[in-house]
Amino acid sequence: MKEKEPAGREFKPLEHKMVPRHEILNEEELKKILSEYNIEKEQMPKIKEADPAAREIQAKIGDVVRIIRESPTAGKAIFYRLVIA
Amino acid sequence: MSVDQKAIDEVVSNLQLPPKVIGNLKRELKDAKITKKQLDEIIKRTTAIYDYSRIEAGEAAGVVSAQSIGEPGTQMTMRTFHYAGVAEINVTLGLPRLIEIVDARKNPSTPMMTIFLEKDYAFDRDRARELAWKIEATYITVLGSMSTDITEMKVIIELNKKAVLQRNMSVKEIADKLADELGIRSEISGDTLTMRPEEPSYRQLLQLVKNVQSVILKGIKGIKRVVIRKEESSEYVLYTEGSALKEVLAIDGVDATRTRTNNINEIFEVMGIEAARSALIHEATETLREQGLTVDVRHIMLVADIMTVDGEVKPIGRHGISGEKASVLARAAFEVTVNHLLDSGISGDVDELRGVTENVIVGQPIKLGTGNVKLIAKKVK
Repeated sequence: MKEKEPAGREFKPLEHKMVPRHEILNEEELKKILSEYNIEKEQMPKIKEADPAAREIQAKIGDVVRIIRESPTAGKAIFYRLVIA
Repeated sequence: MSVDQKAIDEVVSNLQLPPKVIGNLKRELKDAKITKKQLDEIIKRTTAIYDYSRIEAGEAAGVVSAQSIGEPGTQMTMRTFHYAGVAEINVTLGLPRLIEIVDARKNPSTPMMTIFLEKDYAFDRDRARELAWKIEATYITVLGSMSTDITEMKVIIELNKKAVLQRNMSVKEIADKLADELGIRSEISGDTLTMRPEEPSYRQLLQLVKNVQSVILKGIKGIKRVVIRKEESSEYVLYTEGSALKEVLAIDGVDATRTRTNNINEIFEVMGIEAARSALIHEATETLREQGLTVDVRHIMLVADIMTVDGEVKPIGRHGISGEKASVLARAAFEVTVNHLLDSGISGDVDELRGVTENVIVGQPIKLGTGNVKLIAKKVK
């Protein structure tokens, strides 16, 4: 059987309600956060470079992504992930 | 001499508290006639209560979560199937579903999608129905009946005109589709299609029947059934048996910001790790809620965080989180004890005794709570 091409429309993960805001940290912000938590960036939670949300913001391996989640407990929660292969 | 609203808002906004607490404080303090002293007192007490409610450093948060989910879990029914609000669609619920979620199964036993529609479609029953036909996989068997003529070596398909029309298809379209997929042209006469196998043999004839039955004439592979339901908000929502998120999101008219599936791995592949995390939380909470159990969302969030920490959805348990523990003793204490001990013995592993389980086994104080505190001397420079 032939592989069917998905009909025209492109899906943008970041527009979906279940996907929180993702943004790449710049050098300064990263430094500040690492010293604030007193950690190396390898100790952070990870996100894959091929992750649909990471791809949409064009995150590269080694970047740290800031994720701004809607949290049922805190209202807004900020989370960080290191981009890995 | 009360403080004006602007000053209150400014002071409250700059507090080191979660946004939700700040929001609540602001709401409560709206138009409150209070003095500066009272405001300070309110802030002091709020901060104190917030600090008090925070978890202590060294507290065994994981164990508390495990117990908090595990205990209500014992009260869940073993009854697997239930018609979850939606007539006709069967979904696994209760304990089996919860196990499925924490095991991060690649394919849940009852995949199901909730498809929301865009404005133009959501309030129009006919357009919603049209989309439903576009999504539901349609096979020849629902459109007509098939029979074989052994003397003539042909397959005769008698199409039901009403069924074909209802699905917005034509006889020609069906014949073309079959020719596309199977490479065999069929003769059309009225509502009847006649097909002949490449070689006039009995085996080929039976094979052809099978092949024709497996061709999806319209719709998406894997979507067995679509049910349309009018929600309280009077918008039509489609519920499907079977799941194919990527394909469905590509269809015009489907709301690509709300449509979801109960297959967590599919969500991970299409929308990424963060969506998978929120899907885990949603599915687990819903499963527990449906059984009349309330578990604080914090416990579930912790489980979801652990499952997604490495950028992919990992199961709890021997093949996932527990299987990745550094300590041999901790792994051996969980499941398949002998295998772990044997493998480590062969490779000469060293256990650093850093975790809780291994220290309980050897009878040392564990590194939790007060046992977690150590004296460190700071060198004076």
